[in-house]
Amino acid sequence: MTAPVLELKDLNKAYDALQVTRNLSLEVFPGEIHAVIGPNGAGKTTLIGQISGATPSDSGKVLFGGTNVSGWSVAERAKAGLGRTFQITAILPEFTVLENVALGVQAHEGHSFRFFRNAARDQGLNEKAASILADVGLADRARLRAGNLSHGEKRMLELALALACEPKLLILDEPMAGTGPEETARLIELLLAVKARCPMLLVEHDMDAVFQLADRISVLVYGEIIASGTPEEIRADPRVREAYLGEEVPA
Amino acid sequence: MSVTLLAVQTLNGLQLGILLFLIAAGLTLVFGVMDFINLAHGVQYMLGAYLAVACYQLTGSFWLAVILALAAALICGLLLEFLVFRHLYNRDHLDQVLATFGVILFLNEAVKVLWGGAPLSLPVPELLDGSIQLMANFAYPVFRIALIVTGLAVAVLLYVLVTKTRIGMLVRAGATNPDMVAALGINIRRLFMLVFGFGAMLAGFAGIMAAPILSVEPGMGDNLLILAFVVIVIGGIGSIRGAFLAALIIGLVDTLGRSFATDIARVLLPPAAANDVGPAIASMLIYILMAGVLFFRPSGLFPVRSA
Amino acid sequence: MTGPFFKNTVLPIALFAALALVPAYADVFDDRFVLLFFTRILVFAIVAISLDFILGLGAMVSFGHAAYIGFGAYAVAILSEHDIWDAWISFPLAMAAGGLFALVTGAISLKTRGVYFIMITLAFGQMAYFTATSLSAYGGDDGLTMWGRSELFGTGLFTGDASFYYLVFGVLAGAYLLLRTFAASRFGRVLKGAKQSEPRLEAMGIDPYRYRLAAYVIAGMIASVAGALMANQAEFVSPAYMSWHRSGELIVMVILGGLGSLHGAILGTIAFMVLEEVLSGYSEHWRLVFGPLLILVVLYGRGGLMGLISGQIGRKSRGEADQ
Repeated sequence: MTAPVLELKDLNKAYDALQVTRNLSLEVFPGEIHAVIGPNGAGKTTLIGQISGATPSDSGKVLFGGTNVSGWSVAERAKAGLGRTFQITAILPEFTVLENVALGVQAHEGHSFRFFRNAARDQGLNEKAASILADVGLADRARLRAGNLSHGEKRMLELALALACEPKLLILDEPMAGTGPEETARLIELLLAVKARCPMLLVEHDMDAVFQLADRISVLVYGEIIASGTPEEIRADPRVREAYLGEEVPA
Repeated sequence: MSVTLLAVQTLNGLQLGILLFLIAAGLTLVFGVMDFINLAHGVQYMLGAYLAVACYQLTGSFWLAVILALAAALICGLLLEFLVFRHLYNRDHLDQVLATFGVILFLNEAVKVLWGGAPLSLPVPELLDGSIQLMANFAYPVFRIALIVTGLAVAVLLYVLVTKTRIGMLVRAGATNPDMVAALGINIRRLFMLVFGFGAMLAGFAGIMAAPILSVEPGMGDNLLILAFVVIVIGGIGSIRGAFLAALIIGLVDTLGRSFATDIARVLLPPAAANDVGPAIASMLIYILMAGVLFFRPSGLFPVRSA
Repeated sequence: MTGPFFKNTVLPIALFAALALVPAYADVFDDRFVLLFFTRILVFAIVAISLDFILGLGAMVSFGHAAYIGFGAYAVAILSEHDIWDAWISFPLAMAAGGLFALVTGAISLKTRGVYFIMITLAFGQMAYFTATSLSAYGGDDGLTMWGRSELFGTGLFTGDASFYYLVFGVLAGAYLLLRTFAASRFGRVLKGAKQSEPRLEAMGIDPYRYRLAAYVIAGMIASVAGALMANQAEFVSPAYMSWHRSGELIVMVILGGLGSLHGAILGTIAFMVLEEVLSGYSEHWRLVFGPLLILVVLYGRGGLMGLISGQIGRKSRGEADQ
């Protein structure tokens, strides 16, 4: 059994009287896409916060690449290889598309306390950035102001920014949110291509996408994982059906 | 350092604290509910004082002057809101700071044009004149006591208004989550105007009460404004309770600090140095206090905002 | 003809060329006042570009930036009281004093956000102000007169009207080029990125704090040099150099010019001080006009003078990104 890239052990988080995360344990293995699904209010945002470092857990451990990162800041975890995309697009709207990704490359390289060389003319950064843009299909948008991109293109840029940091694990926070069918298909294609070099924790509502992408699925309800397994197992699980009462689960 | 001096300065500190509270209450509400930094709140206070003097010169009666000045201060506040502030609610804080800074410049100058630059005064009314014996050789002016009592009464009134009435509940909700309140269909514009007007009145009232004991001059609101901001930052933005506590603390620390800092410094330093260091430390005390509070509680003592 | 090349290259060159000609103009038209006036303007311009660096680029609204002017000015003045006039002693000392104050206060202030940051920088500025008023040995509230100017290796660089102007001009040009280089560097990119989305930068592995602190210290040091020059220009220092009114005026100068372009801040300073001079010539109550003018600029003059020049009032342009 290979070692998991990400291991969550008995995470707990409460806001006053409300227990938002309850004894949550989860693993993501190399080369897989592990999806987390669940009805609204299940605690997905808080979960992502605890993994990324934005939200401190009350108890439990987050192990990344075998190391306990529970006390680490967001930036520290990111430097260690934990990448993420944001549910509400967090690109840098004033920069060009290329410059957005170039900053990601620069951040990964770690040499940002440079004061004298012109960053925009840095060949090394620009070339790497251009190749990442080509990967996500935004090469022809390189010189545009990022704020002027369409919504779907912004989601692509989100992904490019996460990839620029050469992550060891990618957390995808509802990447399909607000995308049309064409863009969704493109994203799915892209994610399947990325899977090989980087395992992913995919938090998503779009069931079609989830069942196309996921190797394993965990179901989060009221802060607890009620079921975890392959897509077929989850599809057949009566508890999952119950939790999604009224919601469509693809037959 | 006598007990009498300590007692007098403690009461003076309370008095400053009450004045600060009246100014800070409006400021923290406006900031909490409308996310609006109003640097011009200090001139609101100054206007109250000037209007009180003007109304007194018109009517010859202190009490009439108070009522008229209060009404006039409210009108001025609403006018400012209509002309300037309401265009700034959706702007970022920097824009608000600059625009209200412009209002300060304008009104400080306007007041100079209308009433001249020399300090004015308002005589204490007969009813509240004189002093009463509080202790053996300790007499304290009646007016100042009245100020403290009135201020405390207003604080209680505010507390009741904010916690026990429907409007108060809306205000508290607005301070915690304004978007939600607007989404619930409450006429947020009218709520804003109400909050603003009330805050302006409180500041004006503070100015009216301060007029007989402090000198009424252009720029009198500026230093108190900074103190008021320190109060709401320490107290927690949006919290009336925080403003009350912080105002009293600041009033006491500042007043007692200024009285005794030099004496305390003399214990540690030679007299010449102490005479310099003492007042300097005294002036800085409240800022050191604020820095300290922010270090341990970055959102103040009683933070209200959820996000 | 309002594209980025014009804005970022032609305009600053034209601006500096025009400013370089002021002594010649003063000579030809025998107008000493203009020379002295513009010397003062340029000193403030140095402070303004340092503020634009942190405010425009890094979105750090410091309401206590005037304190650094005081540090620089008082360093020179106090040393002169002890008969030390060498600029190569007083100026580095001024920079060191300002830099240290910026390091300590910045380290604390930058842990806060938004209005708390504004308040705490204001507080530190006030602390500097009150410390100066308490220095009775050096004039206290009334200020301190300097009986002469700094010396640089025996040259009369500081004393001659024109030579001092060129000195200040040189410092301004140097500071401008330096800050502009920083802004275009990897370091500047981090600052600009952090201004747009701090969560994104953290997710990339960058904690903006250290970068902001570095920028804050750089700005403080440059403003201190300006303060040292100001002491020379006025041959007088006073706590009023550090008042919060002055800090507010500095922000206005930067805003007037349009945030972030650095030369915009120079334009804004010129506009502000010329306006102040013209208006106060008409009436001692010029603030009656200036206040509302400021309000109007804030409400309707988005982008300041630079925004006007690029035809961008009120709207961000589509297509090509800035810089």
